[in-house]
Amino acid sequence: MNWSEFWHMGGYALYVWASFGVTALLMIAEPLLVGGRCRNVRRRIARLRRLQQEENP
Amino acid sequence: MSSRLVNWFHFSSPATFYPLAGRLVPIFAVIAVILIAVGLYLSFFVAPTDYKQGEGYRIIFVHVPAAWMSMFIYLVMAFWAALGLIFNTRLSMMMAQALAPTGALFTFLALWTGAFWGKPMWGAWWVWDARLTSELILFFLYMGYIALQGAIDDTRRADRAGAILLLVGVVNIPIIYFSVKWWNTLHQGASVSLRGDVSMATTMLVTMLIMALGFWAYSIAVALKRVRCIILERERDAGWVGKLPEIRA
Amino acid sequence: MKARHKRLAYLAVGLAVLAAAAVLVFQALGNNMSYFFSPTEVVEGKAPRDHVIRIGGLVKPGTLQRGQELTATFVVTDNAHDVTVRYTGILPDLFAEGQGAIAQGRLNADGVFIADEVLAKHDENYMPPEVAEALEKGHQQGKAQMSGDQP
Repeated sequence: MNWSEFWHMGGYALYVWASFGVTALLMIAEPLLVGGRCRNVRRRIARLRRLQQEENP
Repeated sequence: MSSRLVNWFHFSSPATFYPLAGRLVPIFAVIAVILIAVGLYLSFFVAPTDYKQGEGYRIIFVHVPAAWMSMFIYLVMAFWAALGLIFNTRLSMMMAQALAPTGALFTFLALWTGAFWGKPMWGAWWVWDARLTSELILFFLYMGYIALQGAIDDTRRADRAGAILLLVGVVNIPIIYFSVKWWNTLHQGASVSLRGDVSMATTMLVTMLIMALGFWAYSIAVALKRVRCIILERERDAGWVGKLPEIRA
Repeated sequence: MKARHKRLAYLAVGLAVLAAAAVLVFQALGNNMSYFFSPTEVVEGKAPRDHVIRIGGLVKPGTLQRGQELTATFVVTDNAHDVTVRYTGILPDLFAEGQGAIAQGRLNADGVFIADEVLAKHDENYMPPEVAEALEKGHQQGKAQMSGDQP
């Protein structure tokens, strides 16, 4: 099986690649989004704590 | 027996669960990446062409695992919600909240890949048969839960309201699963039944199961990672949070 | 009674009531949840005649006739009763004789079903072509033996 035949998927290229493509996209995006959320929370809490320490040392 | 029970309650405290989840995330992430990589290889290079649907049937390798996870995650969320309602444990409510976006994601993927499978094979992107409609309702239940949780400011009330919605919605899961048996549907019956009857070639079945296990490990990894964010958000004023190395740095 | 037990009882009763309600609703809905009527239901008059309905069954082998300009006629059967369907348009890839199909439209005065949409219904069996061929061969041999046993 050569590559052009592989991408062609027996004429179902649009359907197979749209399914696998969107699945891959979302399953890569979700962990990145969650990671970003965690980083934001940590940063926010760290800043809050610093402010509190500066106010009453 | 009793020491075990104590142990479980020990881990139901956010302060002890937070580092435990942190250790589990990379383990499940690695398992997920390996299983999905192997599953993708099998999907495209090992699993044979189908006698009727040609290469187009390969969509099954993401469609069925996504659909299974969409139902399974809902059941797990309902389980945590019930625990949370009965025992008043904060962590189980957080677990339910952490699973919701992943469950919604898999429900969307089941619908999306289903549309792209239905168009070439059936001749329609979408039909209002019992299976498709009940899966769409599942998607709305996930969205409703997320919206309800987010709309109520008081965390305890938000958790309660969300948990009750989750438990009411459980009735939809057997409807989705058995819809193809109970009514005439355009959607075909199950290729792998609860009783263990299988109506697909072994390589195809193994590929599908490996993908499903990969999605399962993925869900655990993402949900544990998300529950860590949620714990931090909710417990930001607790003493133990201030002592964490990632906060002090 | 502890508060925890009370909550558990509330929850159990609530879910039981919900389950009962669901069962009643689905009992009442019955066949209305179905996506299509079978040819038997159509012939026995269980399907409304003046509505757009869907009928589903197997495309009877040997009955598919392609006419002019994408018009196709075929018979949908559930092995008990037959309904003739006429359709103008492109048939889906999996549409074939001996396969499942669902047609949407209405019956005309001659009892012919005029469809404005035809969908293919496939089953839950997936296998490589060689296996399907072997199965088919085995099936035919089995048939030949059967007829050989009973001349």
